[in-house]
Amino acid sequence: MKRSTFLATVLALSISAYAQDEIIVGEFASLTGGSASFGQSSHKGTQLAIDELNAAGGLLGKKLRLITEDDQSLAGQPATIVRKLITQDKAIAILGEVASSKSLEAAPICQQSKIPMISPASTNPKVTEVGDYIFRICFIDPFQGTVMSKFALEKGYKKIALLTDVKQDYSVGLSEFFVKHYAANGGSIVKDQKYSTGDKDFKAQLTSIKTTKPDAIFVPGYYGEVALIAKQAKQLGIKAPLLGGDGWVGDSLLKVAGNSLDGSFFSSHFSSEDKTTAVQDFVAKYKAKYGQAPDDMGALGYDSAMILADAIKRAGTTESAKLREAIAATKDYKGITGAITLDEKRNASKSAVIMTIENAGYKFLQTVAP
Amino acid sequence: MSPQTIEFIQQLINGLSLGAIYALIALGYTMVFGVLRFINFAHGDLYMVGSFAGWMLFAAPEDESKTGVWASLSRSFAAIPPGMTKVLLALMLAMMICAALGILIEWLCYRPLRQRPRITVLITAIGVSLFLESFGQYIWGAAPKSFPTLIEDTAIEIPESWGSIASLTLLKGQIITFCTTLGLLAALTFIVLKTKIGMAMRALALNQTACSLVGVNVNFVVAFTFGLGSALAGAAGILTSIQQPSIDPLMGILPGLKAFVAAVLGGIGNLAGAVLGAFLLGIVETMVVGYISPTYRDAVAFAVLIFILLLRPSGLLGKNIREKV
Repeated sequence: MKRSTFLATVLALSISAYAQDEIIVGEFASLTGGSASFGQSSHKGTQLAIDELNAAGGLLGKKLRLITEDDQSLAGQPATIVRKLITQDKAIAILGEVASSKSLEAAPICQQSKIPMISPASTNPKVTEVGDYIFRICFIDPFQGTVMSKFALEKGYKKIALLTDVKQDYSVGLSEFFVKHYAANGGSIVKDQKYSTGDKDFKAQLTSIKTTKPDAIFVPGYYGEVALIAKQAKQLGIKAPLLGGDGWVGDSLLKVAGNSLDGSFFSSHFSSEDKTTAVQDFVAKYKAKYGQAPDDMGALGYDSAMILADAIKRAGTTESAKLREAIAATKDYKGITGAITLDEKRNASKSAVIMTIENAGYKFLQTVAP
Repeated sequence: MSPQTIEFIQQLINGLSLGAIYALIALGYTMVFGVLRFINFAHGDLYMVGSFAGWMLFAAPEDESKTGVWASLSRSFAAIPPGMTKVLLALMLAMMICAALGILIEWLCYRPLRQRPRITVLITAIGVSLFLESFGQYIWGAAPKSFPTLIEDTAIEIPESWGSIASLTLLKGQIITFCTTLGLLAALTFIVLKTKIGMAMRALALNQTACSLVGVNVNFVVAFTFGLGSALAGAAGILTSIQQPSIDPLMGILPGLKAFVAAVLGGIGNLAGAVLGAFLLGIVETMVVGYISPTYRDAVAFAVLIFILLLRPSGLLGKNIREKV
């Protein structure tokens, strides 16, 4: 009896001691599994930001500590690990995830516990609609879908076929907003095909798309499936270019797809070819630490941690209600991925870039303002 | 021919090549069930190991952090230009590796439990399956890997003079898959029906005790069956990866499950039934995806299973054997 009381006291003391000299930031990311490239990159960006902040002396006189949990790209995992980060690790804020479906699982838990959550890259509108503690620092799908639709119309594509991933809220949302704008502006959708995350054979869908002879195919999926879709489309003799969104960004996209994505276009957040000094500084730091150039998710991960740090500085405390207000008041923050202002719906309004693929390499095409 | 007919034939081709993969995996399930009356749930993961065997042997060493014998092996294989020789070499090596692993698994995990209740072995099989998946993620990482090009999976040119058939697309990967499956099937039928070991396998399926009484080496026959089934799964792994060059340690779960469905559909324990069930499943799935919606693909596949089992409880070609009470 005595011993257990003693243990409990020691435990309580150590937890409170620990809470006093460190600021715990929780992060959940898909470090393994089907969308591992997203989690790996965003985690690298986030870690870089935390290390930089600590090297500069931390915040409010305390060091920051990033606790990262892997959701294995599996549905059901985010809820479990975010609950752990909040209740067990006592994180003052949660950073994550890239995939909208995962963020949607974690958001209600953060909202309930009144812990601010900042998603670096979930673009589905529903994510921040969960509640006033949920933020994102990227643009949302209505904007991204409209950008791609406008681009398709400018290119003179009159007939477009869709190939949507029905298991991802991100993909379904993006298709919906693309169609809304495209159909209202005189384009016609000639085929609406679907697939599920993890599929590897798309020949059935592509065969039925091929008969409609579209000018382009809109594939708002994630890189793993998109690479195989591109490859199989070329094999089946489909010459139409593919159009997509930021879900294409992943290091295995071009490794698997090879040259089959040449001439395709996608919208995204950031280009490492951007010549501004802020971007080039970031690219240099990231390369020095990880030996590779950052992709969009790396840049967004970095920005998400920096915006949180900025809010902690302005709030002067890590108390959740005050911190929430400070994050919500973020205005014109000069991030790596552009100037970030959070609107009343806790979404960032910022510009998108359109990238193209040439000789199995990315090429920056244009920036589209909000 | 109208474009609709062409599209239908194209979907049929797609379905057949998918079915061929299911067939190779389903054969392993059905053989092991025939001999030992138990479902080897780790079988789908051997298909994954087959893919990774091809990757370990043939992917460029500088591509991934490969060291030692694997690096030097893949360096020497890199000299072979993509083509049929490379495909056959990969098939043979992957089949050998998988056969060895299958025999090892049987020897380590199932043999000590042979006299135990069947449920014990079944649960062990699930354990082996989880082990292979997790161990695969541990050594290769969970991120999808790009499978090396064994042969350029391009379309075969059909002469324009053939009329509207010329607009069909036949991919090399599909044809290789289909032909290899038929070839392996013929070889398997020969082994089971015409050789002594095949006779022993059939005898074992009838009565294990009687077999050992007349001097059949039960352990050897069981190990042989596992090796044969695993080799087929390994071949399926290579053939899929030629068509879909993206592999990961969890890739065996769904095809394994589907092949199990195919084996049950055709009548588990029956070789021809497994192949029939697999082709049926492949075609049904492709048609549902092409004409209805991929959302319903698995639902329809399993509905077909339920429907057929309601009509014929022992599967399409299965014999209805009454259990003695």
